[in-house]
Amino acid sequence: MSAVAERTGAARGDAAATEVMTYREALRLALREEMARDERVFVMGEEVGVFDGAYKVTAGLMQEFGEDRVRDTPIAEEGFVGAGVGAAMLGERPVVEIMTINFLVVAMDQVINHAAKIGAMFGGEVRCPLVIRTPNGAGNQLTAQHSQSFDQWFASTPGLKVVSPATPADAKGLLKAAIRDDDPVLVIENLPIYKQRGEVPLDPDFVVPIGRAQVLREGTDVTLVTHSYATVRALAVAERLASEHGVSAEVVDLRSLRPLDVETVAASVVKTNRAVCVEEGWPTYGVTAELAARIQHACFDHLDAPVERVGMAEVPLPYAKNLELAAMPSDERIAGAVLATLGRALTT
Amino acid sequence: MSPVATAPAPTDDVPVTALALETRRELYETMVLSRVFETEAERQYKAARIGGYCHLSSGQEAATVGVMHALQPDDLLVTGYRSHGFALARGTSPEAVMAELYGREDGCAHGRGGSMHILDVTRGYYGGWGIVAGQLPVATGLALALARQRKPQAVVCELGDGAVNMGAWHESLNLAALWKLPIVFLVINNEYGMGTSVARASAEPELWKRASAYRMHGERVDGDDLDAVVEVADRLLRAAREQRTPAVLEAMTYRYRGHSVADAGLAYRTKDEIAEHQVHDPIRRVRTQLREAGVAEAELGAIDKRADERVAAAVEFASASAEPRVEQLAAGMHAAGSAEQFARMRPGSPFGELALTFDAGLGA
Repeated sequence: MSAVAERTGAARGDAAATEVMTYREALRLALREEMARDERVFVMGEEVGVFDGAYKVTAGLMQEFGEDRVRDTPIAEEGFVGAGVGAAMLGERPVVEIMTINFLVVAMDQVINHAAKIGAMFGGEVRCPLVIRTPNGAGNQLTAQHSQSFDQWFASTPGLKVVSPATPADAKGLLKAAIRDDDPVLVIENLPIYKQRGEVPLDPDFVVPIGRAQVLREGTDVTLVTHSYATVRALAVAERLASEHGVSAEVVDLRSLRPLDVETVAASVVKTNRAVCVEEGWPTYGVTAELAARIQHACFDHLDAPVERVGMAEVPLPYAKNLELAAMPSDERIAGAVLATLGRALTT
Repeated sequence: MSPVATAPAPTDDVPVTALALETRRELYETMVLSRVFETEAERQYKAARIGGYCHLSSGQEAATVGVMHALQPDDLLVTGYRSHGFALARGTSPEAVMAELYGREDGCAHGRGGSMHILDVTRGYYGGWGIVAGQLPVATGLALALARQRKPQAVVCELGDGAVNMGAWHESLNLAALWKLPIVFLVINNEYGMGTSVARASAEPELWKRASAYRMHGERVDGDDLDAVVEVADRLLRAAREQRTPAVLEAMTYRYRGHSVADAGLAYRTKDEIAEHQVHDPIRRVRTQLREAGVAEAELGAIDKRADERVAAAVEFASASAEPRVEQLAAGMHAAGSAEQFARMRPGSPFGELALTFDAGLGA
């Protein structure tokens, strides 16, 4: 736990008590709580133990829980994701860490052809309560092979559940919900958010239900529909739009991509009559494409402007800083899209 | 540590398990049942009562039945897609397997899996899987769970000779050896991966030798020799259970039929080659042993007749079994409680999309 933790609530036992911590610490707290609660939960992945995790999410867990429950693996994603699938079929609760979502592509066969199929293909005779945690994200000049967001690939696959927390509280609550779920769940984390701080409930029974979006900022003029790091950007853009343009933007954080909470999105768009969907992935066939289709169908009579979409420029991410920045769904591009739906130009 | 030091004792140091006559007779009956079942499955497929892919194991009965005899009731089994014979040898009823091939509710996967995805969790059979070598990491995970739970059980993971050239083979063997998992990788070498011979596919055609790359014990057996298969499978499974030493067992056999029913099986081999293999047919070998041991011809005939009757009954059962209900299209896909999670996904869903019900449970 953070040494500089700010704690609210009378005592640790207070169910309403919270503590300010980073997204990374919130994930670690979720793992510790679930490992303490349930012997079947174990962590497996590259560098999760001795190295304390490539991004330090699992720091200290091997010392606390031992090598059997925090299992370092060779660099063999297909092998150990599949081992997670098999262990889950026998009732274990494996939490497999993939260093970044780019490497999950190497294990695609196990995720798509195996984990996702077990419930349906075997007629419900066996379940696969597997969790895969992995960060997406761009922005650190990690270039073409290490900057991708494949969220939609997984979210379009029946049999999987996909969650993507944008805040420390949701990081804890959704990871815990994923571990307790009886189906395979992909938890998509985000590299730039790992260090973000926020209030996190300390109640060990705090979970965020899968399939529920959240209105993070209320507004009346336009709805920004986002997940993962796009949510962080959207909240900042919304503040700027309010102060600089007098625009009242509502921000809906999806939190789950499959199941997708279209009800909450539609209710917001019905209120604001405008939608701008933002993602860090490529928008063609992307999360925003799905959202636009759903919104136009569910809110056809309520739309005052075409649904706008902002995403990554459709190129493999370049290295040069200026090119990388130009490719990303920047605050400028999001603000520009919002103003465009309002028939206004970006003036600053 | 030397791989030799950790390996189970070589074959000639251990007396061959002499099968009791009654056991041999029972295994013979299972082998005949498997052959008759496959023959009937081909007939039903050609009559369009079975669809999809249908991979038959005729000719491989000694390898299949022999290893299943060594597998204890608490042990676990994972296979590729040539799976009917394994299920029958494990004790799954011909009715449940045939109904699955028919795509019916009473099938072992309730008509959701078909020929490639036979399973029987009550008998530790965690599935026929359809992606070459994809079942290896899964089986490795089952063994990992057994090790974590400190259970004295082992896993047999069956694969074909074609699977050894996949990356999943390498990753799984490495993990199994590294973590000392109780698993035997059973390579059914029937000489062809679809139509590509082992010689044309594998730089090391003696597939058992590849185990040494992981300091794992590897061994080859005549997969058409029931006694030899039982002996080595029993020995390797004991080592897996008791010493947590994984192993590779390569069983040399031959498939009489094509890769699947849709393949005539003659583009890449000759009728003479098939006939040559049929000379030492594994079923005939055991039948001869039984006859030499004094089993009367009438009794052997009765075994054959019983297999015919059981398979005929399975066909009758499958024909009478109900088709799965369309309202249960998504049943089994998600665990109980998922309907609530998906409840808010409905608005604006694709035009014509069926409303799927997840919680209409099937099976477990």
